[in-house]
Amino acid sequence: MDHEKPFAITLDVGSSLANKTGAWRTERPVYLDLLPPCNQACPAGENIQQWLYHAEGGGYEAAWRQIMADNPFPAVMGRVCYRPCETACNRGQLDESVGINSVERFLGDEAVRNGWTVPMTASATGKHVLIVGAGPAGLSAAYHLRLLGHDVTIRDAGDAPGGMMRYGIPRYRLPREVLDAEIDRILAMGVRLESGCHVTDVVAALTEFDAVFLAVGAHIAKRAYIPAGDSARILDAVALLHDVEDAQPPMLGRRVVVYGGGNTAMDAARTAKRLGATDALVVYRRTRERMPAHDVEVTEATDEGVAMKWLSTIARADGETVTVEKMRLDDKGFPQPTGEFEELAADTVVLALGQEADLALLDGVSGIETEDGVVRVGPTLMTGHPGIFAGGDMVPSERTVTIAIGHGKNAARQIDSWLRKGDHRAPQPAALASFDKLNTWYYSDAHATVRPQLEAARRVSTFDEVTGGLDESTALFEARRCLSCGNCFECDNCYGVCPDNAVIKLGPTRRYEIDYDYCKGCGICVSECPCGAIEMRPEPG
Amino acid sequence: MPLQPIKFYQTGSFVVGNRLLDPDERAVQARIDRTNSLNCGHRACQGCGEALGARYALDAAMRATGNQMVAVNATGCLEVFSTPYPETSWRIPWLHSLFGNAPAVATGVAAGLKAKGRSDVRVVGQGGDGGTVDIGFGCLSGMFERNDDVLFICYDNEAYMNTGVQRSGATPPAARTTTTPAIGPEPGNVFGQGKNVPAIAMAHEIPYVATATVADLRDLEYKVTRAMDFRGARYLHVLVPCPLGWGSASGDTIRIARLAKESGLFPVFEAEGGEVTDVSKIRRRVPVEDYLRLQTRYAHLFGEHGHPGTVARIQAVADRNIRRFGLVEGE
Ligand SMILES: Cc1cc2nc3c(=O)[nH]c(=O)nc-3n(C[C@H](O)[C@H](O)[C@H](O)COP(=O)(O)OP(=O)(O)OC[C@H]3O[C@@H](n4cnc5c(N)ncnc54)[C@H](O)[C@@H]3O)c2cc1C
Ligand SMILES: Cc1ncc(C[n+]2csc(CCOP(=O)(O)OP(=O)(O)O)c2C)c(N)n1
Ligand code: SF4
Ligand code: SF4
Ligand code: SF4
Ligand SMILES: [Mg+2]
Repeated sequence: MDHEKPFAITLDVGSSLANKTGAWRTERPVYLDLLPPCNQACPAGENIQQWLYHAEGGGYEAAWRQIMADNPFPAVMGRVCYRPCETACNRGQLDESVGINSVERFLGDEAVRNGWTVPMTASATGKHVLIVGAGPAGLSAAYHLRLLGHDVTIRDAGDAPGGMMRYGIPRYRLPREVLDAEIDRILAMGVRLESGCHVTDVVAALTEFDAVFLAVGAHIAKRAYIPAGDSARILDAVALLHDVEDAQPPMLGRRVVVYGGGNTAMDAARTAKRLGATDALVVYRRTRERMPAHDVEVTEATDEGVAMKWLSTIARADGETVTVEKMRLDDKGFPQPTGEFEELAADTVVLALGQEADLALLDGVSGIETEDGVVRVGPTLMTGHPGIFAGGDMVPSERTVTIAIGHGKNAARQIDSWLRKGDHRAPQPAALASFDKLNTWYYSDAHATVRPQLEAARRVSTFDEVTGGLDESTALFEARRCLSCGNCFECDNCYGVCPDNAVIKLGPTRRYEIDYDYCKGCGICVSECPCGAIEMRPEPG
Repeated sequence: MPLQPIKFYQTGSFVVGNRLLDPDERAVQARIDRTNSLNCGHRACQGCGEALGARYALDAAMRATGNQMVAVNATGCLEVFSTPYPETSWRIPWLHSLFGNAPAVATGVAAGLKAKGRSDVRVVGQGGDGGTVDIGFGCLSGMFERNDDVLFICYDNEAYMNTGVQRSGATPPAARTTTTPAIGPEPGNVFGQGKNVPAIAMAHEIPYVATATVADLRDLEYKVTRAMDFRGARYLHVLVPCPLGWGSASGDTIRIARLAKESGLFPVFEAEGGEVTDVSKIRRRVPVEDYLRLQTRYAHLFGEHGHPGTVARIQAVADRNIRRFGLVEGE
């Protein structure tokens, strides 16, 4: 009532909350989760950003469990993966990529140390799947199929499971305790492993099982015709590495020439050094830039004293020498002979010219198509024969452990959906969180952590692991270098910078909400979100 | 002790909150229970830096004073957009009188509280650059000279915005306002005029003088809090971009404030008793052009009929600041 108001005041005091400024808006901010480039690049489909998010807060077990949702081999990955994630990482454009792989290794080792396991919660389906081959593809499929409630039997020709992880990749890069621990964890989930069992008849197997996943890899060494004298000693890299693993290393002599330019050639040469060769020389027909071997592998090999001879082919091998011909690259980058020859001392020649898949077990199976020596599969990894799926090195692939693991996961999900007569399609990925979407101002300056390396002397005389891991504090530091591309990490910027208090903070882990009653659509939150997790969209209607 | 940056926690102390920090190490603005001194529903333009700066500063002051605080406001956007009678956005004791007398009114409030023995209640005066450096300047200087127990905050948007962008004593050279049009051989505001009020405040040798921007919230909050450690006259000069008057995108408000500091055009420092005690170093130095190009009030400097010589003069202003204040590490 008027007479109760102070002098000259005629209206009641009101709050500006009555003024819904949201009506001014033509565009509205919307929270989203984008696809970080690391995730996009990971062949095993890991949600890297998400597990780094857990690790950043010291939640190592949660981080490890997030990896395990996609990849049952974090400790192996942290040692042998070629890290396409780090190549794609946005931080690489700021200073240096996040050391994703070293954090992954730390988490994998923590899990082994603490004996963490993955609970199986799915109820048994009563379906039984046969997996042929206990390499990374087969083991990954087994793990995921068990998580989906299926019974799994693996038949593997080898004495011990692991495929090329055991019989190819040398111990100095992947210690066997680590490999065993991660394989044993999978087997302990109730996977039946029949080792020493060479499968020859897949169709027969199909009568016993509800579905089959083939993951036999590519084990037959490619040969090249090299004229050789009687006393010449020529062997192939796959056999060499296999025999070393079986503790029956062959006699190589002092001077070893490895022929080929891939990772296998590097491993063969480095292994030869460890077996006592004084000279290990890699002969490759093209240049270093064109070598298929990864940079780290070449660098580590040269660090250990492995010599390289580029632009050369082996023309002839004899007892104590090889004859190489110099090559030159033509306009198209192909090596062409020059007619210039050179003789080099060599006790043994090791051929590392790639591998082919042994597809004999598919002879006569209807519907199977092959192409360039590998089995053709569709996006569901099913071959042309219903119920037979295939993955890993035996299908078209860049042939890495990580790709094989990704195939195993995909195969498991596809087999599951096929068995349930469903239609498994991976959800449409979100838009990419590209570098230009970030506001990098907000990130601290921090250079990558370097992993410790074994001293040179012990590297060439033992099979001890060459590259060390990070400790807790350095792993934490490295995890915190992650920019969390495209996914909110609760920095409170949007909540802080809104001039209209129109961002509601919901509390830890619950993120934020826009109050569209008052948001005027200025877009400051979008500009100042460090990781690009907010977008302006035209007002609906 | 100057603000201690938090060294490495992914985003260090660059962001508002950062979930990896202890709650006490996060900004006041990260708190769910912050005062929100200036509430929703105010009528400031989209992306108004002044509305943002005022909430930043007053929320920090409320926290520093244990919510025992009175604010006095000069006429200007902040007053007009927050309090169209009988509605208000203020959630704190708040007083408005005139355009030119806010420092004097604040002095009066402080004197009144003193007379009542309420030394626990602190007084903040605030106004735009027009209200501070021009029309209210006499009152402000008097408040300084008497060392009245008031923290006066100037929200500097470099012109009289509320009445439609007229030049003030804080308008920078070459900027276009409605009274300094972009015509003639030297378009926009003239060089060599205007007032540097932080320096004038320091010349009064009052206990505390500081500058800040809405781009560095931690620093702004620290300075408000630090100011409350002192009794007597204190002055805080905050750069608050104005999308309307500067002709910038509403989403660029903080970016522009950041570029003002990173280019050296707006030195961020603090001073006690007339002596500079700390400066905020430039982290990623940029040419002034990066700052100017985002604002149409400088549009006449660029393009076919641009004025590169004028840009160079502005760059010289920034370079001089960098030298004077030692804004670049190791220079
Ligand atoms: C020397 C070397 C180093 C490498 N280094 C790396 C590296 O650092 N990083 C990386 O990512 N990749 C590396 N690779 C590639 C990687 O090892 C392979 O791409 C990967 O192991 C393929 O996995 P897979 O499961 O398809 O097959 P494999 O690992 O080859 O496993 C196939 C399994 O099937 C079994 N098998 C085959 N035929 C039959 C049959 N008929 N019946 C029953 N069992 C059968 C085999 O015994 C074997 O256990 C390397 C390869 C080599 C050779
Ligand atoms: C004595 C007097 N003269 C003029 C005005 C009109 N007036 C109101 S606000 C204002 C300009 C305010 O400019 P500034 O202080 O810079 O604040 P801003 O609006 O830019 O935030 C003017 C000229 C007035 N209210 N009183
Ligand atoms: S910064 Fe983090 S989220 Fe972004 S790409 Fe790198 S690892 Fe992934
Ligand atoms: S600004 Fe920070 S809190 Fe807001 S969405 Fe982006 S990351 Fe999350
Ligand atoms: S004119 Fe400028 S200062 Fe005034 S409300 Fe609009 S943006 Fe804010
Ligand atoms: Mg103004």
